[in-house]
Amino acid sequence: MSTPASQGGVALVLHQARFDLRGFIRNRQARFFTLALPLIFLVIFTGIFGKDTVDGVPLKLFYVPGISAMAVIAASFINLVISITVLREEGILKRRRATPVPAWVLIGGRTLMAISVSAVSVIVLLLVGRFGFHVHLPARAIPGFALTVVVGSITFCVLGYAFSTAIANEDAAQPMVQAVMLPLYFISGIFIQPNALPSWLSNIAKVFPVQHLAHGLQHGFLAPTGHGIVWSDLGAMAIWAAIGVVVALRRFSWLPKAATG
Amino acid sequence: MSDPVVSVRGLRKTYGQFEAVAGIDLEIERGEIFAFLGPNGAGKTTTVEILEGFRSRTSGEVTVLGIDPARGDAAWRNRVGAVLQESNAEPGLTVRESLQLYSGYYLEPRDIDETISLVGLDEKADTLAPQLSGGQRRRLDVALALIGDPELIFLDEPTTGFDPSARRTAWHVIEGLRQLGKTVFLTTHYMDEAEELSDRIAVIAGGQIVAEGTPGTLGGRNRMASTIRFTLPDGTGADDLPPGLRALVAGDDGRVVTLTTDTPLPHVGALAEWALGRGLDLPDLDVRRPTLEDVYLELTEEPA
Repeated sequence: MSTPASQGGVALVLHQARFDLRGFIRNRQARFFTLALPLIFLVIFTGIFGKDTVDGVPLKLFYVPGISAMAVIAASFINLVISITVLREEGILKRRRATPVPAWVLIGGRTLMAISVSAVSVIVLLLVGRFGFHVHLPARAIPGFALTVVVGSITFCVLGYAFSTAIANEDAAQPMVQAVMLPLYFISGIFIQPNALPSWLSNIAKVFPVQHLAHGLQHGFLAPTGHGIVWSDLGAMAIWAAIGVVVALRRFSWLPKAATG
Repeated sequence: MSDPVVSVRGLRKTYGQFEAVAGIDLEIERGEIFAFLGPNGAGKTTTVEILEGFRSRTSGEVTVLGIDPARGDAAWRNRVGAVLQESNAEPGLTVRESLQLYSGYYLEPRDIDETISLVGLDEKADTLAPQLSGGQRRRLDVALALIGDPELIFLDEPTTGFDPSARRTAWHVIEGLRQLGKTVFLTTHYMDEAEELSDRIAVIAGGQIVAEGTPGTLGGRNRMASTIRFTLPDGTGADDLPPGLRALVAGDDGRVVTLTTDTPLPHVGALAEWALGRGLDLPDLDVRRPTLEDVYLELTEEPA
């Protein structure tokens, strides 16, 4: 009999991702925060401020990629921190570890799920931007934009695994991720056009990965030429991903925190 | 002569000064249903988690299916199933989908529908797992532990917090594991559960095994005296009993008399003869051997 386990690692990761995706789709709260909320923000911000211009550039060119960055973070970081905390505290991760499934399959499957949700969410935002607000992503910039979405999604998944280690229980997960992300959204060029911020605030934002994801995605819409890749932004996200890997490797636990205290 | 499925020698686990498991030996044979009985905090779950490979040990030798669980790999996990004490349903998945997910983890899983039937969840197969009742969820846990067709299954307090009918159903499912020839390592703090299900019981208290045996012989239960208890009819006293019975009186509060004896039958006969001879009845006459609960409470009693 052929099972995903007997077909090797890739089949097993796809198997895991398929069921993780199904669990995600059936979770109303996850659907709202991951898919609906960015769409609502896009419509509100672009609807109100989209036609205003800064240095001759309409703000809607910032909002479509900026809110796309928010969608990637919601699908990767926020989605993972909350779902991993729930799975860990409910003893589900522990039960899965009592089976032969390798740890990297569980991590890989959930990460693949998050990247898929990020991609779908960003595509929906791009389509709404294109047909609702006439915001075009130039064809030459599509590969760079897609690459930035994938790198950003992986980075924020890794950071999700790392950050989940700081969350004590399920109730704390949602407020904690919002407390971290909301201020960063404001200073990283997602809600507010970056040139409108005082330089000291912009400099603080540049330390964190949110700004680099937003800036990397905005580049394709704003730069008159080129492939849409900003290597410095990808590099900054890679450094954050490396930090996330180190923290996760040192601190990640499959067992409930409540029981091991 | 096959090797034992579980073999434990001199197992110790300490947390700082506290000794949770203080040097225990266990041996479990293939096909046995073994009950590990003890009060909360006695070291049951610590021991099971060491055997499941979740916890490290301080010292001692442990093999489970011939492998040290601290180094248990995927091949070993293919042969072991675990129902953990606290593990919730897979969110967003139905009973059947949960089993499909877990079945994919194994090289030679059992049939999914057959496993659902085995735990009696046929009618709930397409219900979202988190919507099941507590008892049904526990049966899903057993199904998830069983789906890989393991040789050995750990059941850590499988019926804690259940109402009597849910416990009966769970017991029925565990009995079914015996029919499948599985070796079962059951922890519980219910004596009736251990008595009903297991071939052999070990009692742990304060990190040490204080008794081991079959449900019938545990703690010398088979050699312990029986008690004969009855209420004296009005107008009679314990002094009116024939001398042979008077010598056995262990308790007498003026109404209820308790006799203890290793040979209850002749004394019940003598008591009946005495009562019938006087035209009396003893409607609440009760003859009993110590229950497993009596033995257990004696064994696990905290020193005052």
